[in-house]
Amino acid sequence: MTKQEALFNYTLRLADTNLILGQRLSEWTGVGPFLEEDLALTNIALDIIGTATALYEYAAKIEGKGRTADDLAYLRTDREFYNPKLVEQPNGDYAKTIVRQVIMDSFDFYFYTALTKSKDETLAGIAQKAIKETTYHLRHTSSWIERFGDGTEESHQRAQNAINELWQFTGELFEVDEADTLFVKEGIAVDVTAFKATWEKHINDIITKSTLTVPQNVFMQTGSRKGIHTEYLAYILLEMQALPRMYPGAKW
Amino acid sequence: MENNKFESQFEAKLANNDVIEPKDWMPENYRKHLIRQISQHAHSEIVGMLPEGNWITRAPSLRSKVVLLAKVQDEGGHGLYLYTAAETLGVSRDELLDNLLTGKAKYSSIFNYPTLTWADMGAVGWLVDGAAIMNQVMLQRTSYGPYSRAMIRICKEESFHQRQGYEIMTRMAFGTPEQKAMAQDALNRWWFPSMMMFGPPDAESPNSENALKWRIKRETNDQLRQKFVNQTVPQAEYLGLTMPDPNIKWNEDKKGYDYSDPDWTEFKNVISGNGPCNKERLAARNKAHNDGAWVREAANAFAKKRKEVYEAA
Repeated sequence: MTKQEALFNYTLRLADTNLILGQRLSEWTGVGPFLEEDLALTNIALDIIGTATALYEYAAKIEGKGRTADDLAYLRTDREFYNPKLVEQPNGDYAKTIVRQVIMDSFDFYFYTALTKSKDETLAGIAQKAIKETTYHLRHTSSWIERFGDGTEESHQRAQNAINELWQFTGELFEVDEADTLFVKEGIAVDVTAFKATWEKHINDIITKSTLTVPQNVFMQTGSRKGIHTEYLAYILLEMQALPRMYPGAKW
Repeated sequence: MENNKFESQFEAKLANNDVIEPKDWMPENYRKHLIRQISQHAHSEIVGMLPEGNWITRAPSLRSKVVLLAKVQDEGGHGLYLYTAAETLGVSRDELLDNLLTGKAKYSSIFNYPTLTWADMGAVGWLVDGAAIMNQVMLQRTSYGPYSRAMIRICKEESFHQRQGYEIMTRMAFGTPEQKAMAQDALNRWWFPSMMMFGPPDAESPNSENALKWRIKRETNDQLRQKFVNQTVPQAEYLGLTMPDPNIKWNEDKKGYDYSDPDWTEFKNVISGNGPCNKERLAARNKAHNDGAWVREAANAFAKKRKEVYEAA
């Protein structure tokens, strides 16, 4: 793998993560639990898809083969997507959506903070915008975890179920491959191992402060870095990519 | 006697083009008319999120996805301002929502039509928002202050929506033959329902007279409909699309286009609950509301606990 290919893959993986999460969140638009929250979650979806777009544009440029950001989003198969499995998990009830989101927001908070210091100016620039948004998202979603945990018995149970169900997907967020290690050394990529302990403490604090618990000794799922996903991703893409696939060559 | 004095002050304000504010005295049927109109408008925004929300996950490009998301979000925002404006008249949002969910309150019938292809996202923006703007522009100068101020903001956003819709139509109409066919089909299906948005002909419009007298409305249904036709026909010509009404032709005498009336029997059917999507729209609103019940309860319970802790401290 050339350095250019490795940087392309790195950027693409970040783009995929944001797009698939944004796609999932956008399923809530119009049917949220109440109007203000509908607007707030849609805002988060907008921010995240905006970040995905910037990343795809950069990935397309790195690749330099004439593919556009839309080509990357709409014309790859599920085996060529590299987002962690967490973000493709179905929305479920609102507790599951919020738990999935708070895990990503707290991870992204550290990730994009570190990425602002990347020696790659484009990635650093994208991170500077993303970190402002993520800080707000995290405030919003962690306040919901608190409400669910310390709200009613039902909300507590739903949030706990969601945490128990989704925890197995948190391991993938901290996986590192050879290309990552190389880019970390060069100051381009984020060293996720460096903030793993801080993140664990942070997410633990959010969850325990809300009278909820983090499950222990969970077996961690893996595979997304090889393009091996849960069964959900293929359906997401089938829906998302339907029109460009059905009408090849059409411009929208 | 006292009432007479208030009433003449109210009349004088209207005559003077002054704005009526929530604390001002107003006749009971003025208040009722406004609550009905503003809440119907709010409900329309909320129900209107559904037919467009239907295509968000299938938007065919990254840009069109964020534009559509932002648009549907704007509609939710409009619903929010309008519910707030209605609350200044002494009703609660819960009460209004309850009327929507039980089917007691009406919303714009246009949203009982299905969005079947991506071109419908263009047609809805171009025609439906276009028709809505015709109605809404005059409401910026409506006599009731909170409503007028909400409408000023809403109109700014709606004109973006209309441009967004027309942009989709342009891409489709000048795109591949399949895209152009989709655009034509969307125009065919949305034209008459959009014409219905101005309401029944003036001769049969039960609420128009008071609305004009109170300056809640400033132009009649038929006047607005004519304006809409005049605006839309040249836009369709530019797109190279055919208006689905053979009677549309320029009439030099009235400096406007002649046109066929929509099918008012269909209009009445859709209003009375028999449109293609009435049941689905109401069911979707009810499902969202019911699925969200535990979330709202949790938020309330949490707020109450925090308040108790705060007060005890």
